[in-house]
Amino acid sequence: MTLRLPHLPGLLPFLLPALLTGGGVALPLLYLVLRALEAEPQALREILLRPKNLELLGNTLALLLGVLLLTTFLAFPLAFLTTRTDLKGKRLLATLLALPLALPGYVGAYVLLAATGPGGVLPWPRLEGYGGALLVLSLLTYPYLFLPLRAAFLGLDPSLEEAARTLGLSPLRAFLRATLPQLLPALLSGYLVVGLHVLGDFGTVSLLRYETFSYAIYLQYSAAFDRVYAAWLALFLLLLTGGLLLVEGLLLRRLSLARTGKGSGRRARPVRLGRLAPWAYLLVLLPVLLALVLPLYALFHLASRFPRENLQGLLEALLHSALAAGPAAALAVGMALPIAYLAVRYPSFPARLLERLAYLGYAVPPLAFALAWVFFSLKGLPFLYGRLPLLLLVLAFHFLAESLGPIRGALHQVPRRLEEAARTLGETPTGAFLRVTLPLLWRGAAAGGALAFIGAVKELPLTLLLAPMGYSTLATRVFSYTQEAMFAEAAPFALLLALLSAAFVGVLLWSERRF
Amino acid sequence: MLQGIDLEVYPGEILALLGPSGCGKTTLLRVIAGLEGPDAGRVLLAGREITLLPPERRGIGFVFQDYALFPHLTALGNVAFGLKGEDRWERARRALERVGMTLFQDRKPGELSGGQQQRVALARALAPGPRLVLLDEPFSSLDAGLRAATREEVRKVLKEAGTTALLVTHDQEEALSFADRLGVMRGGRLLQVGTPEEVYLRPKTPFVAQFLGRTNLLPGEGKGRWAETCLGPVPLAEPAFGPLLLSLRPEALKLHPPGEGPQGEVVAREFKGHDLTYRVRLLSAPEREVLVQESPAAPYRAGDRVGLTVVGEGVALEGPTPRAPVGTD
Repeated sequence: MTLRLPHLPGLLPFLLPALLTGGGVALPLLYLVLRALEAEPQALREILLRPKNLELLGNTLALLLGVLLLTTFLAFPLAFLTTRTDLKGKRLLATLLALPLALPGYVGAYVLLAATGPGGVLPWPRLEGYGGALLVLSLLTYPYLFLPLRAAFLGLDPSLEEAARTLGLSPLRAFLRATLPQLLPALLSGYLVVGLHVLGDFGTVSLLRYETFSYAIYLQYSAAFDRVYAAWLALFLLLLTGGLLLVEGLLLRRLSLARTGKGSGRRARPVRLGRLAPWAYLLVLLPVLLALVLPLYALFHLASRFPRENLQGLLEALLHSALAAGPAAALAVGMALPIAYLAVRYPSFPARLLERLAYLGYAVPPLAFALAWVFFSLKGLPFLYGRLPLLLLVLAFHFLAESLGPIRGALHQVPRRLEEAARTLGETPTGAFLRVTLPLLWRGAAAGGALAFIGAVKELPLTLLLAPMGYSTLATRVFSYTQEAMFAEAAPFALLLALLSAAFVGVLLWSERRF
Repeated sequence: MLQGIDLEVYPGEILALLGPSGCGKTTLLRVIAGLEGPDAGRVLLAGREITLLPPERRGIGFVFQDYALFPHLTALGNVAFGLKGEDRWERARRALERVGMTLFQDRKPGELSGGQQQRVALARALAPGPRLVLLDEPFSSLDAGLRAATREEVRKVLKEAGTTALLVTHDQEEALSFADRLGVMRGGRLLQVGTPEEVYLRPKTPFVAQFLGRTNLLPGEGKGRWAETCLGPVPLAEPAFGPLLLSLRPEALKLHPPGEGPQGEVVAREFKGHDLTYRVRLLSAPEREVLVQESPAAPYRAGDRVGLTVVGEGVALEGPTPRAPVGTD
């Protein structure tokens, strides 16, 4: 059924909140454009022609490409080893390999700064700038490539590769010509997520002082106070993100022809590793060691030097984090429900547009989104600026897309017939949703809420720009202590964050039975 | 896609819509229930136009093909869903009682068998006292053994409740035995409506004749009360003149040892226990085969020479005469 005029009155309870949500994502971004265009022509030319812009663009692209390359070299063999070989404990290894995605980038940067260099736990020279950002971002984002690749390997139809072998191809060429094309969609979707993370990253690059757009925006906003230039930099970053989405969309469209059906029920015969097995274990354990064990070891070590009298501050930050993330997650679920409902039940242009907007709010680099909301709220909602409700609202707009996935999935499990049955028994569309769909949906809603919650707890730039004065969360404490090189003070905050999100992600991965 | 459907259901009757899958019968039900909107046309309930009313304000019950019971509610909870007021649980219990399901009132749909789910679905649709209840292939998900018994029970419940019912099915036996009247649909059009006897004995088109059981389609020349065909003169149910196409049911033909009248050779023999169907090739027109229904004791085997007698009436069909129709299933 499509969205048609006769349906509208009954659907208003879904359409209105969905429209408000869409507006909440789109309006600030539009206002950002207006704001940037406000500049005098003379100043505008000066801004656009600054040589600094090109340098920032070069830096951002270099980081993006470097991370994509490094994550490919990590994720590809890892996905292959944990699916197609006779390694023992593949499921456990895969879970461990996925866990680094729980660590926020700024915690990674903090560990790198605090643990290395003179006086660090690890006797290594300190890596800053490009090398440091590349290492931290690659080690923390490769799971976004590893997970879809692994799923693709598992779903692969082994008979295609076998067919290629019977047609006279060597194992390597069979892999390249028969298997690789089937993995491309997974590879592309993974690249998109990694790319969005790199473009959206603010914590890592600013702590490691590598000048990308995000870092420059923050400098302009907080130090130089040139807000028009900050708006322009945010626009550049938005354009770059838009370009990434466009390239991904174009490539995927061309690929969709090459995509084949679901894999057969048969699993491929595992490759015997033989004498290579120890090396394979080493390769698989290396990222676990670098991205999980070492950081945790360093965090525990640093936390033991934490001055006891600051315990009060730790509890306060924990409470602040929970008080922001909890309501924001509830709000995000509340926003995701009508959007998912419209998208699944009434697939039509407006419904798709609203859903796209929700994803846009997630894809937009959070710093640019935060800046857009600063401008927008100062102009349109001045009573909200600098208050907690604004932070909750913007966190919800950003993380709503995280809730959308599980809720959509659960909604697909509730047949439309059930709602129709409720309608013929005298319920309005809203009544049918509340009495039939929602009770069957709560698992999905809970999972979506959990995802949004953990996202909001880890979130840094939105909180940094939009939280009320003096409202410090776990995330902002780690950031500000690290900026001032107070590594011991930052440790327990970072440790708490890391443990909290790792536990969350671990539970999620196991319960989803993704493996 | 529905075209030019003009259908009237009378209070208290059970009307069955029969047609092959994809003929639009389910769409018609959904339009009547308000689950889908028509591009043109009107829906009236007891003289009142309801075309633009949302489903919840129509007071029409719907029994879905897969029952669509709410999995999170018990049988009783399902039946009480559409009821309001203090006494809703009491009324729900009575509705369950009517279908003999009180014992299972606390079970969830997942713990009920197909037949039990079917009865709960019926109780749920009937509980709010709808003026019309629509049933979409209500027996198709039941296995054959259960189907006949459930059908009889549902018919009894509907008649006791005095509810008007409109059911769609692709099973001709179901339509013939269950309905007070039936309508045959094809390609979004309603071809013929009438009592099961009328539609079976006086089909108007070749499709209706063939869809309701087997028949022989024979070209002929109308001569008033009878028609000249390759089987000789065949009595007509209604007088007709000129070239026409006849529907002659297999039970209107009988076999006898070769002698007078048209003769043929037995091509195939299909023994079904309670009766026996022969496929006979005519000697006078070797390209033509006819179906003959005989008693199970008939002695003829494939290859035997037989004589044919017309013992029943043929029905002249509407529409253009096909060039070389043969007896079909």
